[in-house]
Amino acid sequence: MGWLRQTTDSSIGGKLIVAVTGLAMVGFVVAHLSGNLLVFGGPQAVNSYAEGLRKLGALLWVARIGLLVMATLHIVFAIKLNLANRAARPQAYAVKTYRRASFASRSMLLTGLALLGYILFHLAHFTFRATSPELAALGEYDVYQMIVLSFQQPLIAGLYIVSMFLLGLHLSHGVSSLFQTLGFNHPKYRNLVGSIGPFLGVLLALGFSSIPAAVLFGLLK
Amino acid sequence: MKLKLHVWRQKDRQSTGRMVAYDAPNVNPEMSFLEMLDVVNEDLTGKGEDPIAFDHDCREGICGSCSMVINGVPHGPSKGTTVCQLHMRHFTDGQDVHIEPWRAKAFPVLQDLVVDRSAFDRIIQAGGFISVNSGSAQDANNLPVAKADADHSMDAAACIGCGACVAACKNSAAMLFAAAKISHLGLLPQGQPERRRRAINMVKQMDLEGFGNCSNQYECEAVCPKEISVGFIARMNRDYLSSSIFSKETGSTSKSED
Amino acid sequence: MNLDAKIPAGPIADKWTNHKFDMKLVNPANKRKYTVIVVGTGLAGGAAAATLAELGYNVLNFCFQDSPRRAHSIAAQGGINAAKNYQGDGDSVHRLFYDTVKGGDFRSREANVHRLAEVSVNIIDQCVAQGVPFAREYGGLLANRSFGGAQVSRTFYARGQTGQQLLLGAYQALERQVGAGTVKMFARSEMLDLVVENGRAAGIVVRDLVTGAITTHAAHAVVMATGGYGNVFYLSTNAKGSNVSATFRAYKRGAGFANPCFTQIHPTCIPVSGDYQSKLTLMSESLRNDGRVWAPKKQGDKRPPRDIPEVERDYYLERKYPSYGNLAPRDIASRAAKEACDDGRGVGESGRGVYLDFAAAIERQGKDVIEQRYGNLFQMYDKITAENPYEMPMRIYPAVHYTMGGLWVDYNLQSNIPGLFVLGEANFSDHGANRLGASALMQGLADGYFIIPYTLGNYLAGISRDPVKADGDAFKSTKSDVEVRIGKLLGSKGKRTVDSFHKELGLIMWEKCGMARNKAGLTEALRKIPELREEFWQNVRVLGDKDNLNQSLEKAGRVADFLEFGEILCADALTREESCGGHFREEYQDQGEAKRDDEHFAHAAVWEYQGEGKAPKRHTEALTFDEVHLATRSYK
Repeated sequence: MGWLRQTTDSSIGGKLIVAVTGLAMVGFVVAHLSGNLLVFGGPQAVNSYAEGLRKLGALLWVARIGLLVMATLHIVFAIKLNLANRAARPQAYAVKTYRRASFASRSMLLTGLALLGYILFHLAHFTFRATSPELAALGEYDVYQMIVLSFQQPLIAGLYIVSMFLLGLHLSHGVSSLFQTLGFNHPKYRNLVGSIGPFLGVLLALGFSSIPAAVLFGLLK
Repeated sequence: MKLKLHVWRQKDRQSTGRMVAYDAPNVNPEMSFLEMLDVVNEDLTGKGEDPIAFDHDCREGICGSCSMVINGVPHGPSKGTTVCQLHMRHFTDGQDVHIEPWRAKAFPVLQDLVVDRSAFDRIIQAGGFISVNSGSAQDANNLPVAKADADHSMDAAACIGCGACVAACKNSAAMLFAAAKISHLGLLPQGQPERRRRAINMVKQMDLEGFGNCSNQYECEAVCPKEISVGFIARMNRDYLSSSIFSKETGSTSKSED
Repeated sequence: MNLDAKIPAGPIADKWTNHKFDMKLVNPANKRKYTVIVVGTGLAGGAAAATLAELGYNVLNFCFQDSPRRAHSIAAQGGINAAKNYQGDGDSVHRLFYDTVKGGDFRSREANVHRLAEVSVNIIDQCVAQGVPFAREYGGLLANRSFGGAQVSRTFYARGQTGQQLLLGAYQALERQVGAGTVKMFARSEMLDLVVENGRAAGIVVRDLVTGAITTHAAHAVVMATGGYGNVFYLSTNAKGSNVSATFRAYKRGAGFANPCFTQIHPTCIPVSGDYQSKLTLMSESLRNDGRVWAPKKQGDKRPPRDIPEVERDYYLERKYPSYGNLAPRDIASRAAKEACDDGRGVGESGRGVYLDFAAAIERQGKDVIEQRYGNLFQMYDKITAENPYEMPMRIYPAVHYTMGGLWVDYNLQSNIPGLFVLGEANFSDHGANRLGASALMQGLADGYFIIPYTLGNYLAGISRDPVKADGDAFKSTKSDVEVRIGKLLGSKGKRTVDSFHKELGLIMWEKCGMARNKAGLTEALRKIPELREEFWQNVRVLGDKDNLNQSLEKAGRVADFLEFGEILCADALTREESCGGHFREEYQDQGEAKRDDEHFAHAAVWEYQGEGKAPKRHTEALTFDEVHLATRSYK
């Protein structure tokens, strides 16, 4: 297995892992959003979806563990690469001008860490319901109420919206970038690939934000 | 016109450097940037101050010696241009001009604006060649190469090894340099027998030298004086990953930096 | 001085083949017992170092650049000749040989030139195998273009950067050997002297340009491929670092310097724009395939070029040389440009320029075709001059480009000092008094890949395999000479910068010994140069110290050598009382055409150092022309 170690230790192998795990999580995020949007179909729709998920049993745990592994690898390798990147330039420029690098690409570490922080809060809040006794008191599958109660608090809703825009920013670079890392960059498709990231980023940010926005505006209650 | 220069001065590899301000009072817009520095150096020498050291040689944009970051951009503001072919008409009277060396752990500063780029040579030593001894070649036209492939290979081969890609990258990555060589040879039929081995060994050496990783920001392409495409980096990624994961090739044991 | 050229016997076409068989070989197991020093990493040096290491010799390779890939061969634009006859247009080894001897105005050695033409075909094979991305046709085969001085298309090219691509091929081969441990590479290391021990080249003295350390290196043979001396003119198309020091130091240790006055002025360079100018930029000769050279017919015509009607333009090359037209050889095209400017018909601010016009070619073939062929050259021109050559004709003027003279070598590329071999532009052998376009790359690679590997083996097979040591008296005294000289340069504490001396020397050389020379001017130069040299040693200011990177000190050492060498160049020009190729003596002409004097000057002039302050001695090697009969060169 020397080859595996050699590959994952390498610059390109490390990026591959970040790209592949990132792609897996994008898949999760898309699925998650699709589920969440059922909230617009009323309590029945979203609650039975949640119930269905819970009843997957062992399969759910496989998914959860898989997701945890993906997230961990993504974070560990991203940080490892980032530390190496910092070490590669011990003396900074007095003046540095960027010609091409997008704002999103330059803030990947920050948006990534912010998202990690938010995900931890998000899990504590919605999955473990450890942040408020009110949510803990709700029935197991009453996801609808949980959403509405939470997002009626502007602070929670605001934090959620901001985080989803950070997610969008992170993916606007990350998704286009993973094609390059995986070795797909062809002049014929360059513009298309370049716009997939920003497009998906905006779409996800708007999709996720629509729920707290709807709650705040009283469309969901 | 007049310029205010802020130049990185550093006595030798061990010393710590600093930015020092100089006036460049008689700048002719037709001068090249290096000729402007020549004039400043003549003045400094006249005053008994050590002239500013910088690498330069052919002064026609092909040897890849010249290497300075001007106002935060390697090779300065003109696209697709080395410093030696950058002319002062691109600057304005009274402008502040910051001049710094390439900055990367793998490119230690030797003096002022002069850096040690031997890491690039070692990357080539690791596999940037086709193993064919002199005298053993067949007739050149026995091996047709599609014009599109030859042209594409030439696009990569145009790399002059100046290191601007490393200097521009926020991670000091040498991906564009390594990718250009891997692609130049990998796109030709002659380069196929060693293609996998080359990709594995060159990437391994590049990592050993202490260059950073790619964040796909494409600053390298933006400053490359030969405008080499980051498409070659994708190609290198493909070559490296497929070689590492799907082939029997493991590469040679790496040579340590001496 | 022994100037036996050691030309093998037999018919010219068989000489090299027979000689290869006759030469002694070194058994593979013994090769690694020999250490060979190669100085320089250009096409000749890089190719030689790589090939010798492939064969198994233990090679030490030196270059002053920060990487062997940056040697000045890299700047060659246009192409490399080879007698492949892939175009089926009548080319052959014999024709390339013939063109080169004739192009050199009958001042080269026939046997060497024939060998060069023979191996030219192997070079292309070798380079393609190495992955040099030559231009190709849609069918996948190699493309060719025409170059000056030939009526066949035999030039192979890689866009406008053939030199870089060929050099990268040699560099990659070299790095492969460095990686394998068979070549020990010393970059940023400048050869400052040659060590001669018991009459043989035994090693070199080198300064590490980063630490300033002076070291000695011993070897069984020394191969110098250190390029030409064009920078004696200060302004030239050479790289700033190109210098005569290595060959000149060898000269001072006893090597003969041949034909220093044979310098090539390239007709198509971007004109000088001001006194801050640090170098001149070449526009590839290939441009003359499609560009038409002209000057206004009227003197002092300051109208913009597009406003000058066709009838008021003088396409002087087409007029004077109808059969070669714009593809006349370099020396002829340069002189014709000078003539037009001297006549008051020059263009541009300074009046030292003529037009190279692509309007007709663009109209005939379309802008796309021209862009594909010369795009990068046009772009470079635009960058430097801020003028668009698609719309305005280029302004060009001749500039010093290449030097045919160099250390004298025999057929084996060995100088008169046993064990000292000289390759590429540094030697004198193959181009006579004028080099044809796209032949420098050919010669460098021929010497490095295909000739020295044989002839060096023959030399080594005849000497002891005992390990060499760099501790003899000769090493100590040569090293001490180098240190004393550096001390003198740093200690002079004068007022003038090194560059100011170099510029002044360059001006003397250009005005008195440039495109046209005469007795009065040369005599004046021979008076002025020693005066300037005197002042240099009294009044030069070199700052910094010797134990550190010190670019002023590097320059000072090189300029000090140019100040001595310039004198020999002028003396050679003065004593060669004829005009031939790049050497044009105004006294010897036939209505502007060079007038050779084969009776008195069909020889190589070889200069021997006689000691400090003494005039060097002029020797000759007679040249015979059995295959290409002496005739007045005509391109009409």
